[in-house]
Amino acid sequence: MNQMTNPAATSVAVKDLRLAYGSLTILDDLSLDIGEGEFIVLLGPSGCGKSTLLNCIAGLLDITDGQIWIKGRNVTWEEPKDRGIGMVFQSYALYPQMTVRGNLAFGLKNAGLPRGEIDKRIARAAEILQIQPLLDRKPAALSGGQRQRVAIGRALVRDVDVFLFDEPLSNLDAKLRSELRVEIKRLHQQLRNTMIYVTHDQIEALTLADRIAVMRGGIIQQLADPKTIYNKPANLFVAGFIGSPAMTFLKGQIGERDGVRTFEAGGSTIALDQYRGEVPARGTAVILGVRPEHVAAGHVAAGHGAAGHGAAGHGAAGHGATGAGGAAAKVEIDEPMGSDSLLWLRFAGQALSARAPAEHGFKAGDAVSLGFDISKASLFDTETEQRL
Amino acid sequence: MADPVAAGRAEPRGTRPRRALSRRNVMLYGVLIVVALYYLLPLYVMVVTSLKGMPEIRLGNIFSPPMEITFEPWVKAWSEACTGLNCDGLSRGFWNSVRITVPSVVLSIAIASVNGYALANWRFRGSEVFFAILIFGAFIPYQVMLYPIVIMLREIGLYGTLSGLVLVHTIFGMPILTLLFRNYFASVPEELFKAARVDGAGFWGIYFKIMLPMSLPIFVVAIILQVTGIWNDFLFGVVYTKPDTYPMTVQLNNIVNSVQGVKEYNVNMAATIITGLVPLVIYFISGKLFVRGIAAGAVKG
Repeated sequence: MNQMTNPAATSVAVKDLRLAYGSLTILDDLSLDIGEGEFIVLLGPSGCGKSTLLNCIAGLLDITDGQIWIKGRNVTWEEPKDRGIGMVFQSYALYPQMTVRGNLAFGLKNAGLPRGEIDKRIARAAEILQIQPLLDRKPAALSGGQRQRVAIGRALVRDVDVFLFDEPLSNLDAKLRSELRVEIKRLHQQLRNTMIYVTHDQIEALTLADRIAVMRGGIIQQLADPKTIYNKPANLFVAGFIGSPAMTFLKGQIGERDGVRTFEAGGSTIALDQYRGEVPARGTAVILGVRPEHVAAGHVAAGHGAAGHGAAGHGAAGHGATGAGGAAAKVEIDEPMGSDSLLWLRFAGQALSARAPAEHGFKAGDAVSLGFDISKASLFDTETEQRL
Repeated sequence: MADPVAAGRAEPRGTRPRRALSRRNVMLYGVLIVVALYYLLPLYVMVVTSLKGMPEIRLGNIFSPPMEITFEPWVKAWSEACTGLNCDGLSRGFWNSVRITVPSVVLSIAIASVNGYALANWRFRGSEVFFAILIFGAFIPYQVMLYPIVIMLREIGLYGTLSGLVLVHTIFGMPILTLLFRNYFASVPEELFKAARVDGAGFWGIYFKIMLPMSLPIFVVAIILQVTGIWNDFLFGVVYTKPDTYPMTVQLNNIVNSVQGVKEYNVNMAATIITGLVPLVIYFISGKLFVRGIAAGAVKG
């Protein structure tokens, strides 16, 4: 993140942003460059500073130190209306006493646009969002999804460079949420505007984003495209936060067998020759993070070590799976999830989850052999919690 | 959305039959009627007495209706009763009170609503301290400030004038009204305010176009509070004005408490009713508005 880029070349650039209330520092030395037309998602648990960062970019919060550039202009001390941004809020924030048309027109009237231009822009936005029949209704007479459409329209009519979304779908029920999610993605493909989107929902982040900034405690933990975030999480926090069901972590240390580095825990060993990254020296304490879909559980065959046998057909796990060195695990809990099942196992004295086909045939207490797809696993330093 | 009518169709329809004369109803309405009578009785005596001539009053039957209805006492109370050298009745005080109440109410609410709006939405450095000091003002007893204010008004040349009293009422209304408005505006979702800022509305734009249209109920509450408070004020009126500019309450007191000549109970009663009429009318009119305002607020999205 230390790359020095020219703020003029990016759509939105946050430089060394600091925000503090007295001695309480919310954001410290935060830098972020967002490219033209990019869809950035700020993702993190509540209280991580993601909404605060968005409010700083919008100009709704006065920052303590640093600079904010939008479209090559230093807007650090400019009013929100002069920054070329439109914002969509979680609670829709529609003006209750005005009709939908009035809501859309409010910003344009404040900007002093002529009547004809206002009508034209409202007609266009209404067409894009398909809210023409609602134009003369009051917000109270709209459903949640319709209200959020109008709120998006309010940003749309202003013809802004950058769209800011502050958890726009969090107040909607699950079905509407997935509908509007697709709609926002479509809108982005149609308009090609820069969009910054705050959410705590990783599904929204993974589906919408060009790049995701995972935040915790006011610090960007990792900024990367969704695939990288998912497959190569920068640290333990990102690894645990992204993915559902979550990644499980095994504590152990680096060993060696037949010239191949291995992961050793409680007498079991896993070969690490397939690992995409640097395996530290022998004896180093590490944490191995594996996603459930990269663990294959198989029936214990007569001769042991037949990793991936049985359930090996499941997903990628069967593919470059490495034997667990005969240390079979025990099924503790079986969580059927419809299309497949989540198995909670006890492996080397630690909890581990594995995805299995819906008809896996395992019962609680069964002994299973395990196959790991190490090429998709992550090793973390025990001290720094960073990926190795 | 599920249709509540369709959902309820499977069950027995209509309200549960109730007896009009159940024990509960008898108790409830009995108590209500007795309490209502208790409060209405003095009003009845006042109205009845104000419509009697003095000879009839001297007979001593205060509850009996007038044998001969006369409006003489009302006319006298309004335009002829003497207080000191002025013999033009309550009418002078009435117009004084109007001239005091209307600007005081308008001014204090206008200033306090902007105060409350600024304190709730535009937090500035030290706004909390400012607010605390303002609220603290509400707890200082009036008596402590009576005389210092006399001197201040005298120094700025407003002592004894209606404008002086308007100023005093405006200032004394500030703490409670600011508190009222601040709390109301603080309950308006913050995102609405942010959205208006992104839409390019400034301090006054947001106040007039977003906040004001949403706050009818709280304005009605403030108006009721201020009109009744200022109209009924006696202390400030008697201290800061002169006989020419006495508000109605002070004049009423002077009429009723005059020690010279015969006590004209019918005139006193009529004068009292006239004075009390204004807050009464305000309650009746704005009470309805108030309920409508609350209802309108409840439906908002």
